[in-house]
Amino acid sequence: MTVFIIRRLMQSAFVLLIMSLLVFFGVYAIGDPVEIFIAADADQIERERAMQALGLDQPIWAQYGFFLLNAMRGDLGRSFVFNIPSIELILQRLPATLELAACAVTLSVLVGIPLGMYAGYRPQSRIAKAIMATSIAGFSLPTFWVGLMLILVFAVQLGWLPSTGRGQLGEFLGIHSSLFTLDGLAHLLLPAFNLALFNISLVIRLTRAGMRENMPMDYVKFARAKGLTQRRVVFVHVLKNIMIPVVTVIGLEIGQVIAFAVVTETIFAWPGMGKLIIDSINRLDRPVIVAYLLITVVMFIVINLVVDILYSILDPRVRLADAGH
Amino acid sequence: MTEATLRVESLQTHFFTKAGIVKAVDDVSFSVARGKILGLVGESGSGKTVTGFSIMGLVDPPGRIVGGRILFNGQDIVGLSEDRIREIRGNRIAMIFQDPMMTLNPVLKVETQMVEAIRAHADIDRLTARNRARDALGQVGIPSPEERLDAYPHQFSGGMRQRVAIAIALLNKPDLIVADEPTTALDVTIQGQILYEIQKLARETKTALIWITHDLSVVASLADEICVMYAGRIVERGSVDEVLDRPAHPYTAGLIGSVPSRNAKGTPLVQIPGVMPSLLNLPSGCAFRQRCARADDACAAAAPEPVGARRQVRCIHPLTEVA
Ligand SMILES: Nc1ncnc2c1ncn2[C@@H]1O[C@H](COP(=O)(O)OP(=O)(O)OP(=O)(O)O)[C@@H](O)[C@H]1O
Ligand code: SF4
Ligand SMILES: [Mg+2]
Repeated sequence: MTVFIIRRLMQSAFVLLIMSLLVFFGVYAIGDPVEIFIAADADQIERERAMQALGLDQPIWAQYGFFLLNAMRGDLGRSFVFNIPSIELILQRLPATLELAACAVTLSVLVGIPLGMYAGYRPQSRIAKAIMATSIAGFSLPTFWVGLMLILVFAVQLGWLPSTGRGQLGEFLGIHSSLFTLDGLAHLLLPAFNLALFNISLVIRLTRAGMRENMPMDYVKFARAKGLTQRRVVFVHVLKNIMIPVVTVIGLEIGQVIAFAVVTETIFAWPGMGKLIIDSINRLDRPVIVAYLLITVVMFIVINLVVDILYSILDPRVRLADAGH
Repeated sequence: MTEATLRVESLQTHFFTKAGIVKAVDDVSFSVARGKILGLVGESGSGKTVTGFSIMGLVDPPGRIVGGRILFNGQDIVGLSEDRIREIRGNRIAMIFQDPMMTLNPVLKVETQMVEAIRAHADIDRLTARNRARDALGQVGIPSPEERLDAYPHQFSGGMRQRVAIAIALLNKPDLIVADEPTTALDVTIQGQILYEIQKLARETKTALIWITHDLSVVASLADEICVMYAGRIVERGSVDEVLDRPAHPYTAGLIGSVPSRNAKGTPLVQIPGVMPSLLNLPSGCAFRQRCARADDACAAAAPEPVGARRQVRCIHPLTEVA
């Protein structure tokens, strides 16, 4: 296990290096930020001064080397727009996004697994068919449209829930979050559901497939032959087998959720990273874009690592030292 | 005569499929007494496993027991409520399945799978249950049972897994064990060992045993009585010696002719020609008649009824009279 983690960390460092290269040159290719900052009638001298201040007068290779050196010290550059370290800017926004993503993933587990289990246990029942039909809708309706509909129905028509911002934040163990106040929770509900919908559908389908695949297996019949209650057979024997693929996919979906948060955050004016990156792209705020992408990569790496470790805990047949190749 | 541990009377288990009704078990009767071993022999698809599942109350839709009685210690267990049958299952009647690689849950420790089998039927604390599980593993010849309790099924070989399954079956000291071809998937030496051990355990504990197999030579050395099953019916029944030495049904005779060890050296093995008809639409008359050398018009007219009492045969032209 330790060997596995060390090897994985080394691989991750390499992935990060490659990513930084791609991201840096990619972002460089999109456009020249100076055009955006400087008044159209600015003269050549002003222009050069601005470029010097931002380090943009250097050749790209030198800029990259400079960036890499700073990055090693944890400095990913300063935002052109806000003139504060871009990493700080992102970390300010990170909790809001993580909170949203965590709620969305929790929702997809809490809603998706029970519904999927039922749909797989009684596949012929009317309720099961209704669940599956809804899950197809959850799969195929675009996130932004569902978000707008949610606002229209629950915020505008019914007036039950707020539709913008994080609401009042509470503090608990030094963490500030919407989760700790009623107002915050009310603000969280719609965007979290909007973000979760796709994953709920995914988890329903996975769980149902696992249920249908596992129920006819010999081990289930043998468990019943021991005289166990149906409840124990389903919730211990079958569920534990189903959880293996479900946990894997949910883990990988966390990354997806963070990325998709861009759409939901924009619709619900949620002050998270997603909204920041959209603004930064519009203003060609290179250091922020680069830092955002690299932090996202780091998050993906960490999530994958955690998923692999969880997977090995759930499935005794998997040994981590042997994974990786 | 003492009451048999299990008496199956005219059992009918049918599957109601889209294609039609599959009469997997049709009018099957037999009984096993305490400490006795019954061999249930028949080729693939003849209904042996479905018979075993019927006894366990484990026939799932589209299947259903549509007729007959299953008297266990004198009580009819067909149609008992799920809770009542669960008290018997794994407690008074245990079953060992065909494929040891598939019967244990891959993600639960052996200990969990054994302890739960004990605690489903008795209010016993974990530690006592664990000790009982350990002893059961030792009993079926698993080395260092204490450590093996903490292992997962994939850490056992096929033979060892089947021993674990046998240990689980023995845990609650059942009155009856249904062993569904438990050695078929194993190699020959291990097969021999397990056969020997299970026979010993059944005799020692006076457990009634139903041994299901398609291999006549296995039951020859093991069982007291034999039932030969063909297309969902028992075509011949009797003590091992009677059936093997003087088979009355042409199908039994054919099975015996195809077992290598029972033939004199040099005589070629005779395979029974043809295949078992689909249970979905059995031909009228005797189900075996398309493969039977003795078949005539009478065999096509009506399905033969069983003749005889304890020793029984379902054939209009039996090779020996059994009445
Ligand atoms: N769920 C089911 N649906 C429809 N038919 C079934 C079902 N289960 C069993 N059958 C039918 O019942 C018949 C008997 O099956 P069974 O498994 O009892 O045979 P078997 O004698 O145990 O054979 P084998 O030696 O291959 O294990 C088969 O023809 C099979 O097609
Ligand atoms: S009844 Fe006729 S066809 Fe059937 S086994 Fe006897 S002789 Fe053969
Ligand atoms: Mg079978």
